[in-house]
Amino acid sequence: MNTPAAIVEIRDLHYAVNGRPIFDGLDVDIAPGRITAIMGPSGTGKTTLLRLITGQLRAYSGSLIVAGQDMSSLRRAGLYALRRRMGMLFQNGALLTDLSVFENVAFPLREHTDLTERLIRQLVLTKLQAVGLRGAADLMPAELSGGMGRRVALARAIVMDPEILVYDEPFVGLDPISLGVILRLIRRLNDVLGLTSIVVSHDVTEISSVADSVYLLSGGKVAAHGAPRDLKSSSSPVVRQFIGGLPDGPVPFHFPAADYFGELLSRGEGH
Amino acid sequence: MNPVTELWSSLIEALVALGDVSRFLLRLILATPRALLRFDLIVRQIFNSGALSLVIIMLSGLFVGMVLGLQGFQLLQRFGSEEALGVAAAIGLVKELSPVITALLFAGRAGTALASEIGLMRATDQLSAMEMMAVDPIERVVVPRFLGGVIAMPLLAAIFSVIGVYGAQLVGVQIMHVDSGSFWSQMRAGVDIRDVNEGLVKSCIFGVACSLIAVYQGYYAIPTAEGVGRATTRTVVSSAVMVLFLDYLLTSAFL
Amino acid sequence: MRKSNTLNLGTGAFVLLGFAALAFLTTQITSRGLHFGSAPHYDVTAKFDNIGDLKVGAPVSMAGVEVGRVSHIELDLKEYKAVVLLRINSRYNQIPTDSDASIYTQGLLGGKFIGLTAGGADTYLKDKSEIDFTQSAFVLENLIGQLLANFAKGSSSSNSSGSPATDAPATTEKHK
Repeated sequence: MNTPAAIVEIRDLHYAVNGRPIFDGLDVDIAPGRITAIMGPSGTGKTTLLRLITGQLRAYSGSLIVAGQDMSSLRRAGLYALRRRMGMLFQNGALLTDLSVFENVAFPLREHTDLTERLIRQLVLTKLQAVGLRGAADLMPAELSGGMGRRVALARAIVMDPEILVYDEPFVGLDPISLGVILRLIRRLNDVLGLTSIVVSHDVTEISSVADSVYLLSGGKVAAHGAPRDLKSSSSPVVRQFIGGLPDGPVPFHFPAADYFGELLSRGEGH
Repeated sequence: MNPVTELWSSLIEALVALGDVSRFLLRLILATPRALLRFDLIVRQIFNSGALSLVIIMLSGLFVGMVLGLQGFQLLQRFGSEEALGVAAAIGLVKELSPVITALLFAGRAGTALASEIGLMRATDQLSAMEMMAVDPIERVVVPRFLGGVIAMPLLAAIFSVIGVYGAQLVGVQIMHVDSGSFWSQMRAGVDIRDVNEGLVKSCIFGVACSLIAVYQGYYAIPTAEGVGRATTRTVVSSAVMVLFLDYLLTSAFL
Repeated sequence: MRKSNTLNLGTGAFVLLGFAALAFLTTQITSRGLHFGSAPHYDVTAKFDNIGDLKVGAPVSMAGVEVGRVSHIELDLKEYKAVVLLRINSRYNQIPTDSDASIYTQGLLGGKFIGLTAGGADTYLKDKSEIDFTQSAFVLENLIGQLLANFAKGSSSSNSSGSPATDAPATTEKHK
């Protein structure tokens, strides 16, 4: 099997929050030029994984290599240099509220490059055109709908022509039309710009329609991994429950509690 | 938990908080040289913290000065020393009232604005987004606001003093008919440049304290609506306590 | 970009206002402000037994007109007297050398100041001169002490010895 070397390579990753283990020996390979989805029930640490990949958090142990850089040895300067090659789309867009749409997309260019105003203008308008919002360039973020805001954030994320694009729950709270728009953009941008896209989501149907490969996380490890249709036909109970949306299974319905009848009868006895 | 252990743990908490804030201050100072390159951001923050506070500072200065004129006149009248109103008002304002009242008003108006702005940016992931775009939010968002407050405060205190002195003059000379010549000449004789300097040093230190507390509370605010609200109230309360405490320290140090 | 011009203007105006206020405070209300010390002057010393609470910056006046200020106060450890340096405006350069320097009080509870009374000499004070005739400050405790002493003397002996006014509370001293 001659798969190209992974652009993100994670081996035996360990991470905990307040003593509660999130990752307990995680192994993930993100192939370059492809869309990889990371799915899992709530609380499995999907967003945490994104923050580890982008260097906002530091792993306790294990190896995490992004675009050839060992994340644990990167200091500030190296981290910032790496981040200029990445783009991230936050869950709620995270546009800077005191800047216009145009200025938001131009922000990375103004901060990191010495390009002329004309060149900046052309670049910004091109990216806005790619997401279909060139006409909204003069609006303020407060005037945009959720879907539009996210598209502007997407334009901002690609304005520096990154190699890796990371999406944190991009479909949350969108209407079907906006959802379709974002899906299409993820696929098209990935192919046209030659990006590597990592999408964290739990919208199984949506993301399966564009992802090339899927990782399903559960219990701090990889529960399943493969192409979307492989997961659909998997027999593992974890996968079946998640894909099928079953209320009970390896992820229990009931939060751990004492015996039901015992608790009902013991009311009033200093419980 | 008995009261003693509670008091002890509160003390430990306070020490930890002090340590956190001091380290944060160090971070800000280290990032200042690079932040100075974006002078336009700092100018904007001086405007927000200083120019926009002018109205409340000038109004308060006027009223405080007028009250000082009234009270001072009544008190001095008992000793037949009404002519000393000028020096009494000037010294009271310049050394104590201006730095302290300006700092408290600043904390209420500009401090809360700083805390809630930064807190909101924290809550909506704007600070994280900046980090992801390889822009240091400390450099670009926090330090300009901090410096804006530090620069604005002593200027506001000076304006407060001047308006206050004229307020005292308005009441003393125009209304209570204290001799204008005595008012100003006794003031000139009695106020030393050291008094003005002490007041200036106080307001500079208060400026650092209030701005630091405001940006700290905003930066570390819990990213929810409630968290930002808490950060705002904490800014005012902490600033007030800090200013009054520092005032005592500085006053006794100057004596 | 237009917005930033009004912003810059507003900030500049504010900063200017602040510095103007500072300048006002340092020069117009202090004793060492712009209006004092910049005029040409000459320095004259005067020694006192007791200066009371005379302060640096206190006015020096003659016939009620301010002619200068106290610029320095020191203790002479050989004669145990206060040495006061009077900084006199050069306009008033015809003060006779045998003039009198006394310490008076402004109002009832005011600060102390120095009053010069002209003598009759033909030579005038100039830089580094010394005023020979000085009168110390009025110290309330001394007066009370003397009054009490006089009452004690008066009541212990049957005939009163002169009026208490022979003991003046302040004495005129002559040097040399």
